[in-house]
Amino acid sequence: MKVASEVSGNNVIEVKDLVKRFGDFIADDKLTFTVGKGQIFGLLGANGAGKTTAIRMLCGLLKPTSGYIKVAGYDGFTQSDKIKENIGYMSQKFSLYEDLTVWENIRFFGGIYGLWGKQLRERSEELLQNLGMDQHRDTPIADLPLGWKQRLAFSVAQIHKPAVIFLDEPTGGVDPIARKHFWELISKAAYSGTTVVVTTHYMDEAEYCNQIVIMVDGKIVANNTPLELKKEYQAKTMNDVFLRLAQSASRTE
Amino acid sequence: MKRSRFTDFVTKEYKHIWRDPRTLLIVIIMPVLQMLIFGYVVSNEIKNADVVIYDQSNDYLTNRLTQKLNASGYFRTRVLARKASDIGSAFRRGDAKIALVYPPNFAQNIKRLGHVNIQIITDASEPNTASILDSYARAVITSFMGEISGLGFSSSINIETQMLYNKEMKAAFMFVPGTMVLILMLITAMMTSISITKEKELGTMEILLVSPLKPSQIIIGKVLPYVALAFFNSLVILLMGYTVFGLPLRGNLALLLGVVFLFIILALSLGILISTLSKTQQVAMFMSMFALMLPTILLSGFIFPIENMPKVLQWLSLIMPPRWFLSALKTIMIKGQGLWYVWKEILILTGMIVVFLTISVKKFNIRLS
Repeated sequence: MKVASEVSGNNVIEVKDLVKRFGDFIADDKLTFTVGKGQIFGLLGANGAGKTTAIRMLCGLLKPTSGYIKVAGYDGFTQSDKIKENIGYMSQKFSLYEDLTVWENIRFFGGIYGLWGKQLRERSEELLQNLGMDQHRDTPIADLPLGWKQRLAFSVAQIHKPAVIFLDEPTGGVDPIARKHFWELISKAAYSGTTVVVTTHYMDEAEYCNQIVIMVDGKIVANNTPLELKKEYQAKTMNDVFLRLAQSASRTE
Repeated sequence: MKRSRFTDFVTKEYKHIWRDPRTLLIVIIMPVLQMLIFGYVVSNEIKNADVVIYDQSNDYLTNRLTQKLNASGYFRTRVLARKASDIGSAFRRGDAKIALVYPPNFAQNIKRLGHVNIQIITDASEPNTASILDSYARAVITSFMGEISGLGFSSSINIETQMLYNKEMKAAFMFVPGTMVLILMLITAMMTSISITKEKELGTMEILLVSPLKPSQIIIGKVLPYVALAFFNSLVILLMGYTVFGLPLRGNLALLLGVVFLFIILALSLGILISTLSKTQQVAMFMSMFALMLPTILLSGFIFPIENMPKVLQWLSLIMPPRWFLSALKTIMIKGQGLWYVWKEILILTGMIVVFLTISVKKFNIRLS
């Protein structure tokens, strides 16, 4: 595991005093953090803490109200199109098209991210080899086990080699062994230089992150490595840290 | 590169359609099936049809004709009418669908004048049945004429047919445009609303929205295959109507197809609107069923003539898109009129498209923020 202190000048995500309001409601209040290249960044918080809004702004889906936001070198206010081209996204449903085959799904998502021709073919083959699913290229997604779908969805989200990949509760509904395997994949992606932003409910998974931000009621209440956080709150596990911080929450969904 | 992205998207949409047997059944088999059902269900051979005889002579020739009718196997005397109004009441009760009226002094007139008139009255609310019964009765009377000329009467019988309830037999021309409306509503409005909500339900819509594809590209990519299919189906229906059911195509074909295309776009914008309002495929399906299919069948004038509706329903039919489409279709196809006679319908349909799409875009933006 790499350590957050290694973060150098080449930040992939830079956010300063970022605010999102919906009418009178302040969903995100003055968020400030940076994420370095190749880091695994965990965004934790109870429901209604403002995680989803933050992720949507980072993905270029939602315009912030005020503040400064830069993702993969592009401005979140004016260049959301550019941001979209340089990020990958995987939701908790690991959504793929069930009636299309493995190969067709890979090709389709490659296509919408602007890959084509020889490049698309080569990248798709490479992805299939890395997954070890070569024999199942013509299998419809509906016939794959859940763990495989999850791994495929993760790879497909990276088909265009994005600078950042967003994982929204990526291990929901998967058994512990598959979860562990999946985290190995995440570490591998980070090691090869892709920045990973992940939200999760499983506190044991938070231990795998290089950097943790915990949100309560739209504000950031902690931003550090898991090790430092545990030290600071004199807790044995990340779960204890989280419980101590989240107890003060007044907002729920 | 943009084009290739979009092409990929449309290709994917086609695959969804070809791989789902239910979808395939609806978009390919059903139009043809409905066309055949509407066309043929009522036109099977008829045997032992109940007939009302209003015999004002009751002589040996008319008795012989009645016997001949009963012996033909096609007819069975159900009511012997005493007065003309008995025919109408027999029709209203549903006792018979055809009546034969023999004039007074039948045998005498044949001998003296050399000709008589027989009147055939049919209940044309079921136009196919009515015309079949009419032709059967004519055949029997004609052969009866041959028989009596063999007996030495050189005379002729004039047959005069009167259609009750539907003088122009227009229902025969109704089911082709009507089927077209149903199919277009089903394929474009219902199928698009379901296929868009399906992506929402499965979470793939989220992935698409995060991708560099623009929301407009996503929506157009999703609906394009359905536009093509709906247009193809319209052509099949028109062709079948023309070849199998003898529907006239009197007006300008380009204008006709233009109006069809306009209605496809309208049905599509309705489908998009429904998809922005519903979260699951089931909701989308029920909304399409109740908000689109039933009014289409009941209030568009497809099955029940608008003129016979209560005033309130007549007003309601004014906001039903199929009503205007049907009206334009009939004006062009059957009456053979040009643009000058359908500009009002075209304007109304276009206005409806603008309204539905505006609401959809508003709804879509609200959901995004």
